[in-house]
Amino acid sequence: MAHQQPMTTTTRMVDPDLVADTSEGPALRGAACTECSTTTFPAQDRCPRCSALAMSPTLLPRRGTLWAHTVQHFAPKPPFRHDGEFEPFGLGYVDLGSVIVESRLTVSDVTALSPGLPVRLALVPAFTDDDGTTVTTFAFEPEEQ
Amino acid sequence: MGNHEDVVIIGVGMHRFGRTPGVSGRQMAVHATHQALADAGIAWPDVQFAFGGSYAAGDADALVADLGLTGLPFVNVKNGCGTGGSALTSARHAIASGAHDLGLVVGFDKHPRGAFNEDPANLGLGEWYGSTGMMVTTQFFAMKIQRYMAEHGISERTLAKVSTKAFRNGALNPMAWRREPLTEEQVLEAPMVNPPLTQYMFCSPGEGAVALVVASAERARRLGVEGIRLRGVEFRSRRFGSFEVYNTWISPERAEGPTSEAARAVFEAAGVGPEEVQVAQVQDTESGAEVMHLAETGLCAHGEQEQWYADGVTEINGRLPVNTDGGVLANGEPIGATGLRQVHEIVQQLRGRAGEHQVPGRPSVGFTHVYGAPGISACTVLTR
Repeated sequence: MAHQQPMTTTTRMVDPDLVADTSEGPALRGAACTECSTTTFPAQDRCPRCSALAMSPTLLPRRGTLWAHTVQHFAPKPPFRHDGEFEPFGLGYVDLGSVIVESRLTVSDVTALSPGLPVRLALVPAFTDDDGTTVTTFAFEPEEQ
Repeated sequence: MGNHEDVVIIGVGMHRFGRTPGVSGRQMAVHATHQALADAGIAWPDVQFAFGGSYAAGDADALVADLGLTGLPFVNVKNGCGTGGSALTSARHAIASGAHDLGLVVGFDKHPRGAFNEDPANLGLGEWYGSTGMMVTTQFFAMKIQRYMAEHGISERTLAKVSTKAFRNGALNPMAWRREPLTEEQVLEAPMVNPPLTQYMFCSPGEGAVALVVASAERARRLGVEGIRLRGVEFRSRRFGSFEVYNTWISPERAEGPTSEAARAVFEAAGVGPEEVQVAQVQDTESGAEVMHLAETGLCAHGEQEQWYADGVTEINGRLPVNTDGGVLANGEPIGATGLRQVHEIVQQLRGRAGEHQVPGRPSVGFTHVYGAPGISACTVLTR
């Protein structure tokens, strides 16, 4: 496979506002209310709990535990995008302490998923743009035992 | 909230649910409306106001082109699965306030095959939520029941029993879509959609229309009709801390959902307790939803469902018949019509006109519950 390299090998996040690069690795960008400390993901301007216009950007913990989970076995309709044949994927809610976020999971075998499973943030390819750009999104993967 | 014995339903009409190629959602709505008018013994020009809606089949107020251009105020309602509940709530207020004494509520829809595909922007969500495959309602229901089963000891066998009951009841209902009874094994072994839920544990988007004629009790008396009393209708959206469909995040702080709040409010408004209900409709988007909503509405205790389904409590001849017309599972989900179908079924049960799926012993207290995105619920209490 030495020849016929793709013209571009660029990647982009599915949405630039979701994930930050840190020295520890990727972290989700949330916002925390300076009045009542409610944390949201993604960031938003007003607090959905106390309505204050007092949200400040915060990076969410990179590790957490699985709170709820399932596996997507059929290809969703657009706007869902995927390359080639549809592959089932896991998804769930991950408890990060200050907030519980919904996320794709790197595991799609339901028997490998259970409440309380320790997981950590990763970036995974989601689909490819027409110009060959790989579009990545966030997902949680089980911690190595 | 005024005198809640004031509003009665004096006529109901329906276009059969399922798939009707060549018939538009609007045509179904006109059909249902004429049936309801005939059932009430009134004519279209008698109708003083209307509330109605569809999600994907056009504007309800445009129905006047076919129903008759009488100049009445016709308000469009677009509240997702709560469309019917919202329309009925508004109609009740219009009558209870004394502004009108005879009106129409109509809901209809016609959806293409397959799961709903909502534009994330409509819910204030980023495009990424849809493009990465998370904007799928079935995922939420699977995750919620997965947690619930672990917490309250509900088995997959019970989820299958909910589905087999729905299709058994649907087989008795000529207006239903799915009328083939299935075995528990067929349900459990069907293709997996979102674990633990298989294909036959889910409803499908479909087609149908329902219309109701509502009147003040005084007007009903003058018309010489008895009607079914709408003792209460309450609509709620989600509070901070509840776990609902289409949430990119939730708080670690837990709060009860809109179902519990709407149910409690409607029982209080009606002066009726959940233990007095003799026939019920609860949202069964999937079989787990029926299980959870039975407890969230107060009709049973959390965890009690496992025994209830083993004992047949919710069957047509059981102690508390639930989703006697086959529910959403057997009727499908035309969003604009689904909540009114529930009311239609309870009205017919209380009148003793439900045909083959009639509950024995002439029930006199009925209840309906609808749930939908993005975390809304509407409940009614109806009595003879």
